[in-house]
Amino acid sequence: MANHRTPTYQGTSLTARALGLVACHRCHLLCRQTAGPADCPRCGALLHSRKPNSIARTWAFVLAATVFYIPANVLPVTITTSLGMVQSDTIMSGVIYFIHSGSWPIALVIFVASIFVPILKLLILSFLLISVQRRWQWRPVDRTRLYRLTEAIGRWSMLDVFVVTILVALVHLGALASIKAGPGAVFFAAVVVVTMLAAEAFDPRLIWDGMEIPNDRED
Amino acid sequence: MTVHPIACHDCDLVHHLAEIPLGGSARCVRCGAPLYRPKRDSINRTLALTLTGTILFLVANLNPFLGFRIGAQLRETILATGIYQLYQQGMTIIATLVLFTVVIVPAIHLLSLLYILVPLQMNQVPPHLTRVFRVYQFLKPWGMMEIFMLGILVSVVKLGKMATIIPGLALFAFMALIFVLAAMAATLDEHLIWQTIEHQPTRAHR
Repeated sequence: MANHRTPTYQGTSLTARALGLVACHRCHLLCRQTAGPADCPRCGALLHSRKPNSIARTWAFVLAATVFYIPANVLPVTITTSLGMVQSDTIMSGVIYFIHSGSWPIALVIFVASIFVPILKLLILSFLLISVQRRWQWRPVDRTRLYRLTEAIGRWSMLDVFVVTILVALVHLGALASIKAGPGAVFFAAVVVVTMLAAEAFDPRLIWDGMEIPNDRED
Repeated sequence: MTVHPIACHDCDLVHHLAEIPLGGSARCVRCGAPLYRPKRDSINRTLALTLTGTILFLVANLNPFLGFRIGAQLRETILATGIYQLYQQGMTIIATLVLFTVVIVPAIHLLSLLYILVPLQMNQVPPHLTRVFRVYQFLKPWGMMEIFMLGILVSVVKLGKMATIIPGLALFAFMALIFVLAAMAATLDEHLIWQTIEHQPTRAHR
């Protein structure tokens, strides 16, 4: 089973770790692996072959984000007061408002950034974590791509937090019209930050470690 | 520059990179992650863009970015007012987050690059180069100006039915700034900076 992993590359002994080397995660300098903890001689960052406790830390962030995701979507993100009428909006009711008012491109942007992307990120990270823990041999190149995707798209979920900020700043005309930020906004911001931390905590090299001979467990 | 070893940061495979021609780029043979792309005239260009960015940043933060008119009432907002409103409503966490991602991080990016590139341009190595550049790299994913810009567009559509929206000077500066910041990050050859540190005689690090 060792020889039909990937068509373009054979052999697994050429990773930095197999060669007794550590790549600095900041400046990418290849250093010799030492017994104890060591600093990179070039940039001074602490050297480690793999991100420490990557799986446990990523799971912790993923679970925390999943918990925050519920109040983020149920509680109102904005509370609008207009001529004595008070209206609370969740993220989804904001999307529906845009669909009804005819600006469906904006509805789509908010839906993708605020609802779809966080869910997608949590699903992909959970899938990657399980695949690494179970040492699945399935498509390592595509799994690495999925990881790079989650890393790249996560920040765009901040969109709704910024929209709330701008609305609150602009619509502040006393009894005539004013918009306040609701409690959902705080949870939503937490979801975005925590999923970004989750993506940062995951080490894609674990995907490739799982492809190697099953008896060398991680450090 | 001769052949030098580099490990893929996504899958840990070691490569021996030969000199790559300008405009070319190296990718990992196993997982396809980008390994290295040499940049033409990196320090010069990045410095020019950083200076442009600094000016635009000041314009964007000191001028009103949107005006909002209902009837006879006109409200103009600079970025700081919005953050302050949130803070006053008790939304301290969100106010801090917005301040951090839209003002502080981009400001640190610009200042740290100025600090690094101005001396390098004059063939000098600034003190604490390592530390400053590490801060720059660490904060990279947390600068979110381009997302804020999209947020402005969404808000304008949302409020357009309610009132008249008047784009301010800062809005145009913001728009230009996101392109300048993207170009700045793209022209910076991070590998070159680390090599400068390596060849530095008096390692003023840590």
